[in-house]
Amino acid sequence: MIWWIIKRDLLLAMRRRSDVLTTLFFFVIVVSLFPLGVGPEASILRIMASGVVWVAALLASMLSLGRMFSSDYADGTLEQMLLSPVSLSALVMGKAISHWLVTGVPLVLMASVLGIQYGLPVEALIVLTLSLLLGTPVLSLIGAIGAALTLGLRGGGVLVSILVLPLYIPVLIFGAGAVEASTAGMGFGAHFSILGAFLLVSIVFSPWATAASLRISMG
Amino acid sequence: MTTGQSPIEMLTARNLECIRGEHRLFSNLSFSVNPGELMFVGGPNGSGKTSLLRLLCGLSLPDDGEIYWNGTDIRELGGDYRNVMTYLGHLGGIKDDLTAIENLRISCALAGCEIDEDQAADALRQIGLAGREMLPARVLSQGQRRRVALARLLVTRTKLWILDEPLTALDVAAVELIKGILEHNLAKGGMVIMTTHQELVMSTVTVHHLVLS
Repeated sequence: MIWWIIKRDLLLAMRRRSDVLTTLFFFVIVVSLFPLGVGPEASILRIMASGVVWVAALLASMLSLGRMFSSDYADGTLEQMLLSPVSLSALVMGKAISHWLVTGVPLVLMASVLGIQYGLPVEALIVLTLSLLLGTPVLSLIGAIGAALTLGLRGGGVLVSILVLPLYIPVLIFGAGAVEASTAGMGFGAHFSILGAFLLVSIVFSPWATAASLRISMG
Repeated sequence: MTTGQSPIEMLTARNLECIRGEHRLFSNLSFSVNPGELMFVGGPNGSGKTSLLRLLCGLSLPDDGEIYWNGTDIRELGGDYRNVMTYLGHLGGIKDDLTAIENLRISCALAGCEIDEDQAADALRQIGLAGREMLPARVLSQGQRRRVALARLLVTRTKLWILDEPLTALDVAAVELIKGILEHNLAKGGMVIMTTHQELVMSTVTVHHLVLS
């Protein structure tokens, strides 16, 4: 069942490529603006790199949260999901996975290319990619709760950022921290363990919390 | 007949009350629908028809009163109730970017009854959309989109159908078609609760009229 949702959302994303591309271009442009603004000083750029890429990833991932449930809400598919004999948490999990596949995975793939602009060494680029690989699914899962809570509200887009961005902070700290630790020559295993723990906790709690929020929003 | 397990499948509503904002839409509303029975919910715009249907399918909770399926509260039944019930809202759940066939297959899968492409094409043919199966819903007319949504009724195996304005935008031929589908379900012992502003003459089945004011 969960495959049906993922397959459908990927199909919709394929037919509406502009939505996917705007998120990706936003990410690319924000990350590329910093070297232009700050200047080509390699040592400064190298320090900022992980933070800038991570903040841009947070914002890009948040940018597409509004669309997560709103189109299903507008055309009545969400009603059908709520009335499905399949558990709503499973369906929500499918929505979060497809949100990650459509917005998270392209960011992960682009991050290493963008990191080159900042003169990051190869090892740091690998750590950056891996930290985004662990962290971006958490962003989609946490974002799903915010998107569900603000469903059908006027000005929901701003509200969702106020709700969700504070929850993204731990992911940002440990995601960007992993890269800094690796460039400083320290171990980054602990950072990855914590990111992994965030991922597991959000896999368990987010679908449940999102499903509950959707029932409240739709009731 | 309202509490305890009953061998006959039936939907019972007891003392339902629904308040929207300051406005009490209805209160003390009780009725029951037995197998093979059809209930029309009528009343002027804003009288609470859609609100009532949303209560009956469990999308929202009544401010007072209970709804029972076979003597058990539908809130306790949860997924078991959603397994025997089909709700078609006036929005229909049709995605503009998907073809008629994809729309039908996905809405059926969501309702817990997966169908393959041939079954979906067959259902669409029966509902009068032959040759339009592969068109994106965006280019279909209002009535054709309605037919795509209604095609789900042809493949579903649920007993209880709750339909919100199923006949809007449909032409005379389609209304006859839907009438036939409803009669078929009722003859099998199914139940239908629907709102409509059109007069639908059903001679062979037991029909209740519930008029909200």
